Amino acid sequence: MRQHPDLNLSRRELLLSGAATMACGSLELAQAQPAALGGPTMAKVNLKVNGREHSLELDTRTTLLDALREHLHLNGTKKGCDQGQCGACTVIVNGRRINSCLTLAVMQQGARVTTIEGLGTPQALHPMQAAFVRHDGYQCGYCTPGQICSAVAVLDEIRAGVPSHASADLTAPAQVTAAELRERMSGNICRCGAYSNIVDAITEVAGKPA
Amino acid sequence: MRAFTFEKARTPAEAAAAAARTSGAKFVAGGTNLLDLMKLEIETPTHLIDVNGLALDAIEATPDGGLRIGALVRNTDLAADSRVRRDYGVLSRALLAGASGQLRNMATTAGNLLQRTRCPYFYDTHQPCNRRLPGSGCSALGGYSRQHGVVGVSDACIATHPSDMAVAMRVLDATVETTQPGGAARRIPIADFYRLPGSTPHLETVLAPGELITAVTLPRPLGGRQLYRKVRDRASYAFALVSVAAVVQRDGSGRIALGGVAPMPWRVEAAESALPRGAQPTVAQLLAGARTTAESAYKLPLVERTLAAVLEQARS
Repeated sequence: MRQHPDLNLSRRELLLSGAATMACGSLELAQAQPAALGGPTMAKVNLKVNGREHSLELDTRTTLLDALREHLHLNGTKKGCDQGQCGACTVIVNGRRINSCLTLAVMQQGARVTTIEGLGTPQALHPMQAAFVRHDGYQCGYCTPGQICSAVAVLDEIRAGVPSHASADLTAPAQVTAAELRERMSGNICRCGAYSNIVDAITEVAGKPA
Repeated sequence: MRAFTFEKARTPAEAAAAAARTSGAKFVAGGTNLLDLMKLEIETPTHLIDVNGLALDAIEATPDGGLRIGALVRNTDLAADSRVRRDYGVLSRALLAGASGQLRNMATTAGNLLQRTRCPYFYDTHQPCNRRLPGSGCSALGGYSRQHGVVGVSDACIATHPSDMAVAMRVLDATVETTQPGGAARRIPIADFYRLPGSTPHLETVLAPGELITAVTLPRPLGGRQLYRKVRDRASYAFALVSVAAVVQRDGSGRIALGGVAPMPWRVEAAESALPRGAQPTVAQLLAGARTTAESAYKLPLVERTLAAVLEQARS
């Protein structure tokens, strides 16, 4: 069997040659736009995140979640399942909670986005954050930013009169009950099982005058 | 996810024309199902046409006393609309029984109708699936089929349609309005909108390539007790094993449609004359010719019992 000359390369030489190949690869990709060989298409996206304007140049495939985490480095919003089943990626877009993993950044052109970083700071917690701390509404904390964004929006939805599957009377004003909160929060999974404390935290915030 | 180019359409006619002109194009609205399928490369559009900018997000009264629901009305807004809550309770209930609050905030009326099946073999690209890859075979026949269809199914596919909303739309006799690529409008009764799988399960609706749903209209309200009862593996945020949408009048007459049992919302109008006599004779006609697997056979008695519970509730 003939020995390939590359096998005589030192580890250092091998790493250098790999880096050169990668650099060439990205140059070719940049020139191939848009999508001539199924390569990436870039798009300009403007987002107003937590009150700050951002202008990004993104691959059209970038989800809002990845734009927030990988491009704006707002790592508070979590990637759990990346398919809309767990709710860890919940953020508030134009006043409504959504799964940021199931929308493209390019579809959110000009949107106002609120993430956990925009609700409060360690020095000045949002009332919902403070209530989660007080009621121990988490254990590992991974789902918590999504839970809190969702909870803030749930109380807005109840105030706006949006009914739920748990509402006995569709035409009566929505109530803040444990059954209502559990139903409305069902899109946020907590594998540590902090659900009852989460319900307590939300109930406390709901009980305070707005 | 495969790379794609992206455009924002400004009018329905422009969107439909762009879709017909561009091979590999797909419309995207809420994106909650399409994006999920694109990540798994089950859907591989090379061009996305974002229709969210089209002004199709109003709910308006129609001259004949019904409602015209814009294609882009979000599921949350449709469920919360005061006219829907008052006059079309079964629709509000069905919407609220589906998905999660976050998803309902994104999902649109048209997109909900066009959801693809949640059959695990459709989702698993390592397995044969005639719906995903025509001619490759059906893994559910002989596989895990507890969630699958028992009526309207074929040798090629036993998948179910996952929508709750569509079941209510079927019982209410909604009409789907579209714009075709040439710009002409079309009205499709929901009874004619879905196709049975037969030997071509990948063809799910009668929409032509590039045809865009612009609205769904409801006829004038039916009155009666309007109920939607969904049986699922957990109390919230799960697809139906069986669901029943019902509009029952004081004299016991009414209409029913089923979810979770067929490749489309399942309604057999001829069976409804049996409703005053109860669940058993109704279901005997509704599920005539049912074809179950050992794992899905439980759905037949479950449909009957769920309908019995609904009729009991309607009388109360």
